[in-house]
Amino acid sequence: MYLTKEEERIFNGELGEGTQKAMELLVAIGDAYDAERLIPITRAHAASSGQEGDMYFVELLAKGGASCRVPTTTNPVYDMEYFHSIFEIPEKEAEVARRVKEGYKQIGAILSWCCTPYITENIPLYGEHVAFSESSATPYVNSVIGARTNREAAQSALAAGVIGKTPKYGLQLKENRKGTLLVKVEATLKDEFDFTLLGQYVGKQIGYGIPVFTGMSRRPATEELINLCAMLNTSGAVPMFHIPGFTVEAQTVEDAFQGDVPEGKIAVTDKELKQTYEELQGASGKIDFVMLGCPHYTLKQVEEVARLLRGKKIHDDVSFWVCTSATAKFLAERNGYVEVIEKAGGHVVPDTCIDEPCWHPYRHKVGVTDSPKCAYYRRFKEAVVIRLKNCVDAAIKGEWG
Amino acid sequence: MPRLKENGDESLEITLKCHKIIGGYGQGEALVSNEPICFYLTDPKTGIVREKSHELAGKNLANKVLVFPSGKASSVVQIDGLYKLASNNVAPKAMIVKDVETVLVVSAFIAKVPLVDRLEKDPFEVIRTGDFVKVDAEKGLVRIAKQEVRRNRDVTS
Repeated sequence: MYLTKEEERIFNGELGEGTQKAMELLVAIGDAYDAERLIPITRAHAASSGQEGDMYFVELLAKGGASCRVPTTTNPVYDMEYFHSIFEIPEKEAEVARRVKEGYKQIGAILSWCCTPYITENIPLYGEHVAFSESSATPYVNSVIGARTNREAAQSALAAGVIGKTPKYGLQLKENRKGTLLVKVEATLKDEFDFTLLGQYVGKQIGYGIPVFTGMSRRPATEELINLCAMLNTSGAVPMFHIPGFTVEAQTVEDAFQGDVPEGKIAVTDKELKQTYEELQGASGKIDFVMLGCPHYTLKQVEEVARLLRGKKIHDDVSFWVCTSATAKFLAERNGYVEVIEKAGGHVVPDTCIDEPCWHPYRHKVGVTDSPKCAYYRRFKEAVVIRLKNCVDAAIKGEWG
Repeated sequence: MPRLKENGDESLEITLKCHKIIGGYGQGEALVSNEPICFYLTDPKTGIVREKSHELAGKNLANKVLVFPSGKASSVVQIDGLYKLASNNVAPKAMIVKDVETVLVVSAFIAKVPLVDRLEKDPFEVIRTGDFVKVDAEKGLVRIAKQEVRRNRDVTS
């Protein structure tokens, strides 16, 4: 890959070891894809995770004197103070989380600790070149916003944030952003949960690819698109999609395929969604927890939980959790939603991901969630996936089914 | 073109050019997987593959030269998985891959495992589990000492 004089100097370590390591990683990725050069980016999102590999890399860069050149947000780890007041967290785990948080602070990242920064703290514009890791973030930024990102790892996104550049390859290039597969939606998509099922089914069917959806009879809402993105890129490896007429980059199906013929076609009817739903079911019976907010709930979703819980009481044996961003929690407090949820016996917690060691007390417990992504992490004995309204009903009754 | 070389007393050695992704040198016994690999689904202390349905289930990745088509699974688990193997000194010594993607590059970078692709011959045809393989990513060369040849010689001598 061609490097400018300044990039060469960084690569040779003249500007410190931290930026050198970041540049080395970008060059390795560029070489892997035969990228001709680096291109500037405007922003990045590092899917920090509070795991050891994550800690190693952020410390390597931060201690080597690197700092972010473009706004770079962070993914949730967990809100330690909140959890420490409720559960015991093993010292070794807590130490990793502390060091990860310190590392991202030292490197000058925006400490959003949120997995949906693209709707609040870090919003690209159409056509911007960016580096966004995190399963829902990559497809959302590419498809809904029309900014350009590859399917980044936390570390490649952080390295890009530090250098302010990314190799010119993959989805940074228009010709690679064309659809590969036509998905005819014949199913009725009533609510957010139907979009979750659609994403789960299509991702599993196609693995890697860029689906083009037709047949949607209405404009999907923000939360519906977030769920679709999260599941397409969890059950599959889908970094982008088009919904001609609704997403920005293609107005027609022809545009979406850039004049090419689709490699394949599938249809999704109510039957496939029903089957997908059934596969996510487990035994009915008593539950120990309800887990919501994977991806992080928006303010609107927190409001909906509050509306469903107003004047109700969550069963004594059930722990009820809503994960959201610090921004949404702040506004939810101001609007009184948090008070309603807490009065009913639930928690609203910011900065926290469902795939974190803070949840270890539930390792052998059974619960419900509205997110297959939450169930996928296998942090629990069992997490049955049902609609939000059913989750709230189960919380009140103490059992599902 | 690959060069065949009678290596004096015991083995037939094949040298192939390759494309460096992560630099360095590593050598060891080859372990060939036709299926994609998720490093998170190995025992971080030993390097033994724990994924029950995987063709390498029960086999050990530690100190091997791993030949596989691609990585799989989410970036967080894949990277953390290989990093943990490396921290416990049970990572592969080098990796030869067919379809590389960003997450695998990052994983190898963080774990400091040499990673190469684009061998001038299909690695799945040339390399068998048990061959002794030297990966010199810096020079862009892979040397393969064929196990069958060694064995045949043992039989005839």
